[in-house]
Amino acid sequence: MRLKLAATAIAAACALPVQASADGEVNIYSYRQAYLLEPLLNAFEEETGIETKVVFAKKGLAERLEREGRNSPADLVMTVDISRLNELVERDLVQGVDNDTLEQNIPENLRHPDGKWFALTTRGRLIFASKERVEEGEITTYEGLADDKWNDRICTRSGKHPYNIALFSSMIAHHGEEKAEEWLTGLKDNLARKPQGGDRDQIKAIHAGECDIAIGNSYYYGNMLNDENQREQAEAVRLVFPNADGRGTHINISGIALTNSAPNRDNAVRLMEFLSTPKAQKIYAEANTEYPANPDVKPSGIVAEWGDINPDDLSLQEIAEHRNAAVKMVDRVDYDN
Amino acid sequence: MTEAITAEQTGADSPLLARRTSKRWLITAALTTAIVVLPVLSVIILALFPEENIWPHLLDTTLPRYLSTTLQLMAGVAVITLTIGLATAWAVTMCEFPGRKFFEWAMLLPFAVPAYVIAYVYTSLLDYAGPVQTSLREWFGWRNATDYWFPEIRSLEGATLMIGLVLYPYVYLLARAAFLEQSPSLFAVSRSLGHSALSTFFRVVLPIARPAVAVGLSLVLMETLNDFGTVDFFAVQTLTAGLFDTWMNLGNLGGAAQIATTMLAFVVILVTLERYSRRKQQQFAARDNRDPIRRFTMSFPRQLICVAVCALPVIFGFLLPAITLGQYAWEYFDESWNPDFIRNTLNSLFLSGTAALTTLVIGVTLAYSRRLHNTRGMQIMMRLSSLGYAMPGAVLAVGVIVPLAAFDNQVDSVMRDTFGFSSGLLLSGSAFALVFAYTVRFLAVSAGSVESALQKITPSMDMASRSLGHTPGQTLVKVHLPMLRGTLITAALVVFVDVMKELPATLILRPFNFETLATYVYQFASDEQLAHSALPALIIVLAGIVPIILMSKSISGTRSIS
Repeated sequence: MRLKLAATAIAAACALPVQASADGEVNIYSYRQAYLLEPLLNAFEEETGIETKVVFAKKGLAERLEREGRNSPADLVMTVDISRLNELVERDLVQGVDNDTLEQNIPENLRHPDGKWFALTTRGRLIFASKERVEEGEITTYEGLADDKWNDRICTRSGKHPYNIALFSSMIAHHGEEKAEEWLTGLKDNLARKPQGGDRDQIKAIHAGECDIAIGNSYYYGNMLNDENQREQAEAVRLVFPNADGRGTHINISGIALTNSAPNRDNAVRLMEFLSTPKAQKIYAEANTEYPANPDVKPSGIVAEWGDINPDDLSLQEIAEHRNAAVKMVDRVDYDN
Repeated sequence: MTEAITAEQTGADSPLLARRTSKRWLITAALTTAIVVLPVLSVIILALFPEENIWPHLLDTTLPRYLSTTLQLMAGVAVITLTIGLATAWAVTMCEFPGRKFFEWAMLLPFAVPAYVIAYVYTSLLDYAGPVQTSLREWFGWRNATDYWFPEIRSLEGATLMIGLVLYPYVYLLARAAFLEQSPSLFAVSRSLGHSALSTFFRVVLPIARPAVAVGLSLVLMETLNDFGTVDFFAVQTLTAGLFDTWMNLGNLGGAAQIATTMLAFVVILVTLERYSRRKQQQFAARDNRDPIRRFTMSFPRQLICVAVCALPVIFGFLLPAITLGQYAWEYFDESWNPDFIRNTLNSLFLSGTAALTTLVIGVTLAYSRRLHNTRGMQIMMRLSSLGYAMPGAVLAVGVIVPLAAFDNQVDSVMRDTFGFSSGLLLSGSAFALVFAYTVRFLAVSAGSVESALQKITPSMDMASRSLGHTPGQTLVKVHLPMLRGTLITAALVVFVDVMKELPATLILRPFNFETLATYVYQFASDEQLAHSALPALIIVLAGIVPIILMSKSISGTRSIS
């Protein structure tokens, strides 16, 4: 009996903070690390006085949102991958936003046709090549990664990582499933070691001489250059923007969507607008050396030095649709072993 | 009180069986089990309605590998944890050697180190680009990987070692508590009958400690089965890795729940087999604290062996990672030192403390109810209530969300319909949801250890107490709890430290703007920057150490030793 009383008391005490949702706030479920959002949210709070609250997780937030239903306290979901945004749309967890500011600031190909999601930044999935061991111009395309001359010279992270899955999806979109699988088999045959670690680890492996080229997101390179303990390793590699002269470099996005329940809808839309403005886009792009989604905003100094990116204009929607096929392809090729 | 005595006396023919007075225990146990089993049930229900049947694809491609990798990993970890855990527990309990008192608690230190942290540390030390191999190449003039052989840390063997190093304390803790509770006279009798110390260990000591060791090992195996951080980082494809792949990459939560349910069956079979194999065994140690343990005095070389056996796991499981983290913490001190620290630490301590207490109370309730009503039904309830441990944290978190959100939304609907206002979400997204998840997840730890310790208390204790007029509750408080002190403390300690490190469920279920040390560390670790959060990572380890030292001291205090 005492136990039940105690449980009730704990429940009541814990439930209180959730109840106290005042007007001046906006709640975010985020797949992006809270520390990366902090400077942006601080700027927003300073400008508007609206308090922001975040839960960060890499899994389960969509399930939580779905189960909480109309009572969910979450207003916004922020993701780092198109597939997550697509999933929210498909499960009917987010609503469209019809807003002039957002439509002006974010180009059409970087937002959902009905405003169900908006990209905030883009990042290229690039090729890193050893400055010492790879000639300039020796590798220029994703397709080239399957070339025999790279035998035992390539490093990547797990083929199951969302960033790789998105890249493989885009290969399916461009070449069809059969050709894409042939390519992935070729790439696997060229691997110098079992896929492992993160994108930074691939750069470190090139620096150490374990492999000569690797696949990774642009900002990992930028962040390593900005970290004095990792600069030397980053400086061992040269960036290659694959397919820059042709169909363009594969990009992914980080984005935002308004939930169906959104108890603080007006504040949430204000935050979305704010995040698309040049001021916020500049902070966002600089905090993580990504490319701003707003075309009026220049990339940060370090990113601008890498040269212009010619993004693949393949619709992100289409990439998300090939995701399932890409995952199964990775299994069939047995990429991770 | 007089009436109670009379009632008891009339029913004294079978004092251990359920009588009116103890019906309440049965009902409480049944209710508790029902609540605790809800999240597991939710997952099973999810498994019944998958979005797409994923099995044909899995069977064709990855499932055989998932299965064999999982089995190899579990077998390897079992060997490592049993070897280290039993050898060190026996050494510090029964042998006298320099530093023994220190090792009594120091053996537990690796327990405070999360597996994903130790994996990260060793990778950065031992992989090709790390300082060890770089120095080797410099010293010997090797140019690249083809010039020499070096063990690959990011491999199945590496993962086995990492996980074994931080999980052996489960076996150590439970084995040591069991060794301490054993009557030294048994050992003396065996020796006097001509058995060597080693043969006595295997033929007398170990069989008696087996229920406790089995609990420790099954905790180890379940933790291993559920590990995601390490296997993901090392790209070792276990069932758990496959489960998350199905969920996150194929967007098939139902399929993931099916894999989780399969894993559950795995564990149930494992535990059942173990129980079946000792179904005929029943031992009761006559606990006699007046008969002190006499430790062996040993020759100097043997003492050295003891020191080495105890020191190695501590050095590799704790010291080396802690020093590496310390170095990182020093390098990145300015970035990682911020005012959120104290808040995150307090959050962690509060959650761990609450969960440890709740889990212990429920664990004792269940185990004692089972002692009172040793029926088939009660046994099944016991097993059911421990299932949460066999489920990956993230899946369990979804299982927790399902009933809590359903309850909240039901209440809310009723409130809206009858009173015209919304009660919103009462339990979901609150600290309650977290404590609930921890309880479901770690109940196996407390219920299991209490149950195995209770088994060793002879029923005549209960009979004596009951015949003197105590109710079952009074008997529990006055007789059993004091005798179980060591076990209770151990169980609470394990849950406390486990919750401190727990990650996936905490990430998914926590309220807005609520960080624990583990979630804070993970933010950076998941962005390949663990070095930036080495300071809070160290604090997780330190916060785990303090209770370890305190409690280890009081476990030793349960037994007088000369």
